[in-house]
Order: sequence, then C-alpha cells, then structure tokens
Amino acid sequence: MGTATQLTSPAPMPAASTPGRFGVYGGRYVPETLMAALLELDHAYAAAQADEAFHMELNGLLKDYVGRPTPLYFAKRMTEILGGAKIYLKREDLLHTGAHKINNALGQALLARRMGKQRIIAETGAGQHGVATATVCALFGLECVVYMGEEDMRRQELNVFRMRLLGAEVRGVSSGSATLKDAINEAMRDWVTNVRSTFYILGSALGSHPYPTMVRDFHRVISKESKRQIMEHEGRLPDAIIACVGGGSNAIGAFYEYIPDRNVQLIGVEAGGRGTALGEHAARFQGGLPGVLQGTYSYVLQNDAGQVASTHSVSAGLDYASVGPEHAMLHDSGRATYTSATDDEALEATKTLSRTEGIIPALETAHAVAEAIKLAPKMGKDKIIMVNVSGRGDKDIGIMTREMDLSGAAAVSA
Amino acid sequence: MPIAFTTTPGLVIYLTAGDPDLATTRDMAIAAIDAGADVIELGVPFSDPLADGPVIQRASERAVARGTRLSDVLDCSLDIRRLRPNAGIILFSYLNPVVRMGLTEFCQAAKANGADGVLLTDMIVEEGVEYLAAMRENGLAPVFLAAPTSPDDRLKAIAENSQGFVYAISRVGITGTQSELATDAKTLVDRLRRFTTLPIALGFGVSTADHVREVGKFADAAVIGSAIVALIEKTPAADAPKAVGNFIRALRPGGAAR
Repeated sequence: MGTATQLTSPAPMPAASTPGRFGVYGGRYVPETLMAALLELDHAYAAAQADEAFHMELNGLLKDYVGRPTPLYFAKRMTEILGGAKIYLKREDLLHTGAHKINNALGQALLARRMGKQRIIAETGAGQHGVATATVCALFGLECVVYMGEEDMRRQELNVFRMRLLGAEVRGVSSGSATLKDAINEAMRDWVTNVRSTFYILGSALGSHPYPTMVRDFHRVISKESKRQIMEHEGRLPDAIIACVGGGSNAIGAFYEYIPDRNVQLIGVEAGGRGTALGEHAARFQGGLPGVLQGTYSYVLQNDAGQVASTHSVSAGLDYASVGPEHAMLHDSGRATYTSATDDEALEATKTLSRTEGIIPALETAHAVAEAIKLAPKMGKDKIIMVNVSGRGDKDIGIMTREMDLSGAAAVSA
Repeated sequence: MPIAFTTTPGLVIYLTAGDPDLATTRDMAIAAIDAGADVIELGVPFSDPLADGPVIQRASERAVARGTRLSDVLDCSLDIRRLRPNAGIILFSYLNPVVRMGLTEFCQAAKANGADGVLLTDMIVEEGVEYLAAMRENGLAPVFLAAPTSPDDRLKAIAENSQGFVYAISRVGITGTQSELATDAKTLVDRLRRFTTLPIALGFGVSTADHVREVGKFADAAVIGSAIVALIEKTPAADAPKAVGNFIRALRPGGAAR
C-alpha cells in the first residue's frame, strides 16, 4: 500500500462525543458482553485517580519495589563517537523485571485489587509485560494467566520460564501468526468468558477506552522524571526524544509531558523488519490505514479487503499490526513523527550501544537507538537527544546469538 | 422487510461465507431456507474474530485463506436473494472490513445485494452514530447484540436501536456449542421484553433440537452457528447443502408451523 492513500480513511469513525477519543481515533469497539466490564473499569479507575491513598501506595511501590526514579544518563562515549548531538539515555531498563512494562502492570494490579478481582489475565509479545504482570500477581497473591503467541514463546523462551517461575500459567496461542495480535485475541476471548471474575491487565496503550488513557497515565512517570532530570543536567529541555513504538506504551510515557513543548521533537520508531512489502514489517504509519482492531480505531496494517496483515520484526514487542490511538492522533497532527528501523539496523544498534556504553538494550529499544545513531551526527553538538531505553536485552540473547556474527569482533565499528 | 419468524421458535442460521467456498455457501443457504430457516446470517470472514470460539475461528481462517472478501459475500447475498426472495438475510461482520469498504458504500451495497439487515460484532450502540445513519438511509435493519452482562440502560438502547430482531447472547463468552443452555439466557430475554416488542433471537451455544425446543419456551427464534459450521467442516463440499438441510429439519421435528 502506498503512502499516498494513508489519510483517506474510507469511513471516518469519529462520534467525537464518545469517551476515550484521541482526535478521531480510539473509542470502544468491542462485543457487547465486555461493555459492562469496561464501564466498571472506567469508574474504578476514575475513583482510584481521585484517591490519594491509591497514589501513595503506587508511588511507594514504584520507589521501593520497582526502583524509580530511573537515572537519566549522559552517554558520553556514544555521543563522542557519533560526533553530533549529546545523547541522554532514560534508563527504564534498570527497573525491576527489566523494562518499563512494570509501571503499568503494577498500577493495573493495584486497581484490580481495589475492584476485588482475584484472577488476572494478560497478553504478552516479547514477554516483558507477561513477566511484569506475573511479578505483580506474585506480589499481591493473585491468580495469573498469560496468553502468548507460540512463535513468541519460541523466540522469548527465557521470559516464558520467568513467568512460570513466578507462578503464572502461560497459555500458548497458535492461531493466526501466533504473535502478539493473536495473544490479545485469545486474552479478549478469555475476558469475554470470565468477565465477572477477571481483570485484564492490558500491556500497551491499545484496546478500548479506558485502556489507552490508563496505560499512558501509568507510564507518564517516565517523562515527568526525565523532564526534571534533563533540567538538572542541562538546564533546558531536549531537542528530540526518541522511543520505539509497538503498541506505543513506552513512547507515550516518554513523550507525554513534552507534548505542549513544541520545540521538543517527538520521534517514534516502528519496526521496519526486513522489507517494505506488506507482511515484512510492522511500520503502521508507513503502510497502514485507519481501521478497527481489538477494540480501538487507529492505524492498522491490512490488505485492501480489510483483513489484518501479518507482520514481521526481529523484536517480538514491536511485531503488531496496529498502534495505540494516541499515537495515531500525534501522527496526523504532526506533533510526533514516526520513522522506522530495520531488523539489521536494530541489531547493529544493539552492538553499538553495548560496546560504547556497556548497556545491552532490548531489541525493541534498539530500534530507538538506531534512530539516534542516524540522527545525532546530523545535529549540532549543542543539541540534545533523549532516548528512552525501554528495556534491557537479556531476554533477547537467544535471538542475538542466532542473528549476530561476533567472531573476531573486538571494537566498535564507528 | 422479510425478517419474519413464521414458526415458534424461528430459526436463524449462521454460515461463514466462503467456507468451504462461496458457491457451496450459497447452496447451503438455499438448503437451509428450504429446510425452514427464517433468516440467514451470512458471516463475513475476518482475520481476527475475537468474539468467536475455535469452530468459527477455523472456518473464518479457511475462508480468508481462500481470499474471500466482503465484496464476494455481498455477491453471495445477491445470489441468495434472487433464488429465495422471501428469506431474511443478515450480513454478520466484524467492523474492519466494513470500515475498509466505507460505511456508506457498504450499506448501499448491502441494500443493492438484497440484504435486510446487518450485525456488526464489535459495534456497540454508542459508537454507531454514522453507522445507524447510513443504515437508515438505505433502509437496512441494524441488529445489535444484547449480553447477560448488559445493564438495563444498555438493554434499552440496544432494543431501541435494533430493527428486525434483537440478538440476545445466551451466556457470557464466545461462540461455540455447549451441552445445556445457561440460566442467564431466559433472564436476559425476560429483561429485554420490558424494552421492546421486537422478536428476540437467542444465540451462542444453541446447537440441538432440545435447545431449540427450550428456546421456543421464552424467545422468538434460535440462532444456530457453531453447530452448523462444525458440521460443514467435517462434510465434503458436495454433500454439505444436503447435510445442512437435514440438520435443520432435525432441529424442529414435526415442523412446529404456526
């Protein structure tokens, strides 16, 4: 599909009066059976938001259990080697369980507990959200079932074991492409069936209202902290913030507080995969069209008959056919720009960050690093780039072992 | 509007269009109508049928793999309409193929191809402003789902915005057969009656003659989906229309004509 037809939504679905809209995007497109649960969640979340005790408990656990605030670290060697803008890294990879995902999993688990739900379900792509959910369920003594595509179980084997060790049941999903999209379908089927007893901890800024708003709110802490931290380091805001975008939860968390700051460029990086043909990538803003997938109206990679396309990325966490609706709005308004990095670029960026800073990023994160590597040399040395290091790479060592040839390599090739 | 239930209970028969192929879908629809089906729900196969159980998921996957498109399903609707002018035809789809075609274009095409109404699985009443306007302009009946979990204010909105009939979901969960009808079912139908005089069809898990007889005690029609799709799955295409006809005749022993 060419980019020329990108914005010709054949049927604008606005109904702007309904809740959970981001411009024309978002909304609630679900089977009726889930509506009562979504409304219950909406009310419970609003009540929690207004309750000081909820925030105190959440913030206390974020500090003492999760490890917030995370550092904002000046990547001096990488900056020198790239020879352009100063690069700062927001270290979400240092959080408990190794990625930003726990910010949201913890928030939703506290909400589930308030609502008296004892059974938790979740979907996971790369496994980081599954691990974060299994972790908070262990912490609060909740039953936990995680749906995961069988393809993802193969490529993120380590995280499958971690979830099981934490006491969660991991259910493999073999339908469709056996990746994140299919895991969400199966989690939604479970939720429809067990809706009265079960809380669905959705792991990205996706799905029906109130999820995109709620997930974003739980990750806002990333940009709240980074704004204060960059002021301490530099006395000014960065020129660009770069984050990878699968569903888009780490990116919306890293961007959100800067949206009013028009001089701060917001750059989301999608998975360019191994080619530009439909099915070879997960770059929704380059090949997708507005549509409805899994409860929300946003950009969707699809064929001309409206069947959702299969996707490919070396990183399971970016391998998804749609994107959070708030990103769709930021894209259309031009407030954020969305680019992509290929599998090869991400793998190369993984090496670069590992060898210049001693930080092995998750393959998802490596897409954002790849963009920084492209962008920094084009910017002056007085400019500042902030990269959201959404997760650490331990979970990807298996893939990296297969995909990288390190024989004879000794120094960074810069 | 040919959506009418002439027997008690009426029968709504769901078919996944394009499984095993479109010509067989058409022939099975004709066989179903001739065996006593009042309404055919022609299912548009979709890549991500998140409200469906394994049986309809597999049928949908097969039909998508064969390249079945919404436009093909519309053609199939026209074939059925030409052959059986008095049967009810409902197009049953997830939203995305419809959005891709365009709501207005879809509604116009649905009307031109003989459909009486539309049911969109993932369209709730609140989000349906443009959809309902396009349906109204084209004289099509919107059918909404009502769930056991729906509170009264939602049931009221669902009943008021539906035409032809209201589709009551017998239990929380996805499509699929079950051995006994949930107790949720009768309660839901009774609650819906307070808001509408439209016929109420009960679906999800209705699969046997016993179920149909049970449904007839409190609802106006039974929707049979997964049981038929499972039968089609295990029957060679050439024998499928006959098998579907026989299955439907056996659902109402004695005909029960009113």
